[in-house]
Amino acid sequence: MKTVNITVAGLGGQGVLKVTDILAEVLFRAGYDVKKSEVHGMSQRGGSVSSEVRFGEKVYSPMVPEGESDYLVVLDPTQVEVNAGKLREGGVLIAPADVPLDRLSNPRTANMMFLGALSRLLPIPEEAFREVIHEQLPPRVHEVNDEAFRLGRG
Amino acid sequence: MTKRILASGNEAIALAAIDAGVRLGTGYPGTPSSEILEEFAAHGGDAEWAPNEKVALEVAIGAAFARARALVTMKHVGLNVAADPLFTIAYAGTPGGLVIVSADDPGMASSQNEQDNRRYAIAAGVPMLEPADSQQAYDFTRRAFELAEQFRCPVLLRLTTRVCHSKCALTTRPPVTAPAIRYERDCKANVMIPAYARIAHRKLRARLHELQQLNEQGEFIRELPGDSELGIIASGISIQHAHDAAPQASFLELGMTYPLPLERMRKFAAGVKRCVVVEEGDPVLLEAALAAGIPVTGKAEMYRFGELSVGRVRRLLANETTPEPAPPAGKPPQLCLGCPHRKSYEALRELGCIVAGDIGCYTLGVLPPFEAVDSCVCMGASITTGLGLRRVLPEAEARRVVSVIGDSTFWHTGINGIVEMLYNRPATGHLVVVLDNSITAMTGMQENPSTGRDLKHRPAPALSIEDTVRAMGVDCVEVIDSTQEYEKFVELIRRQLGTNETTVVIARRPCILGMAKLKAREGSKA
Repeated sequence: MKTVNITVAGLGGQGVLKVTDILAEVLFRAGYDVKKSEVHGMSQRGGSVSSEVRFGEKVYSPMVPEGESDYLVVLDPTQVEVNAGKLREGGVLIAPADVPLDRLSNPRTANMMFLGALSRLLPIPEEAFREVIHEQLPPRVHEVNDEAFRLGRG
Repeated sequence: MTKRILASGNEAIALAAIDAGVRLGTGYPGTPSSEILEEFAAHGGDAEWAPNEKVALEVAIGAAFARARALVTMKHVGLNVAADPLFTIAYAGTPGGLVIVSADDPGMASSQNEQDNRRYAIAAGVPMLEPADSQQAYDFTRRAFELAEQFRCPVLLRLTTRVCHSKCALTTRPPVTAPAIRYERDCKANVMIPAYARIAHRKLRARLHELQQLNEQGEFIRELPGDSELGIIASGISIQHAHDAAPQASFLELGMTYPLPLERMRKFAAGVKRCVVVEEGDPVLLEAALAAGIPVTGKAEMYRFGELSVGRVRRLLANETTPEPAPPAGKPPQLCLGCPHRKSYEALRELGCIVAGDIGCYTLGVLPPFEAVDSCVCMGASITTGLGLRRVLPEAEARRVVSVIGDSTFWHTGINGIVEMLYNRPATGHLVVVLDNSITAMTGMQENPSTGRDLKHRPAPALSIEDTVRAMGVDCVEVIDSTQEYEKFVELIRRQLGTNETTVVIARRPCILGMAKLKAREGSKA
């Protein structure tokens, strides 16, 4: 199996890293070799943030080679263009225009809506995502995040 | 007792420290190392934030004198601060296992330089292990404690940003019981007066020879035969990039990068047509190989800068030296909306100050719209470089010089600058603004000596910055919230710049992100 490359990008504070944390854990439990990469610290303060997940039979570099993302998920409209070069030819872009953001009951759960949209394209059952979302988020926000995920999954 | 999980390199080190029976973890927060001690503490380890890296290492040395296993963590520049004890404990060694984590930041995701700390292993004469993923981070940490005890020497564990913060599969092993705590007096071994240090230096060189023999035996080496056209010698994260860039190549992967297994490298290079050293940062492995007469080539100078990646390793192997495509210009980081430092910088800019800056979130005051920071060198340097400016500038300009420093940085090494300010007082006095947001913000909201909480966020003694500088003899000490009392703050700074007094203004208002985290913690307890 060829390694699959996923890049998630946005701005600091939008929950980019939470998306890749959940995604990596779900894929890991499904039995894939998984690597996840991110950067902390100064570059995170309100600036551009991106995080990458690679999965397959055997993954080496934790970083997606430039221009080889099979899936590019961008949480902020201002970040679509700057990240566009990360997508391979024929790769799938999920941008803010592609998800029903206006239907969110809490805008802070937008990241789970994007994860929902991406989840439909991955060989993983919906239930596996929900399980990890519940483990990684506090119980009082489960319902609202489940809803966002479902809306994103469509 | 074993488990298989997805873990970052930092988590892996923390788990290894728990399983190795580490008695004390100490360090100073710094990206990309900060999570190690937090995770170690979360799994039940006894960990503390020291005021700086030199203190951290010395506390660990003391623990290791009593045969405790001790772990010290810091970012690459932290090792500069801890270099003094490092070079001498390399001579003396400790009976207990002493492992020092240096987390390097090639590409400077969150640092002021991209120094390559493999140079420290060579300079100090201590063995260095370099894991390439979380599994190796775990395995090497556990082995590092055994080696440290067997050879009676500190072991440097060098990570880089991508090993620290990348997650991958990790299988842990059953824990061991660490050697019992026992203090034995051994002046000849532990007191580095010249007569004893001369003996210790000879022992150190003999120990390194033994460690090299151990490394040659292959415990830390992985040799993967492939195409004989191309052989790659690599260590750390570069191994991973190289596998993606040249899957057909033969590989010699090095886990212990000092002292090097030169004979294994020589044999490997002889077995391939072209042997390339793939390494991030300085040409450390390359220089050592060439000095030993091993026929290898390295990378073009352009690849010394920044991180390597799969794409860059492909280029490097193809001897490609055409300009690289510029990375996409994302949105630069900035001071948060609602950040208490914003008003302080607005005032300093309004007053036309020459601002000697320091290391922390507040260094972002150099960017638009503030552009209010004139210099930034290293932790604590705001006060001292400001004093240097005051000493030589003509009076009118000297009066505009202000040093700004954060609360954690004040305790780190800023306090030494206050001593300098009072002892070698400039004719115009000096003005220090402590930007006190009551947390170590940039590195992820760690506690520090004046937050009143310890590493685990439990109540702890809170040192007072104002009481400390008053007791030291600073002429004028004021505490003010520059956001709430902006006009008063501007007036205070203006007034003090006109006097010849030594002044410390503490601009105190909590970090908004820190407050949110504090509330979330309290909420989860309730």
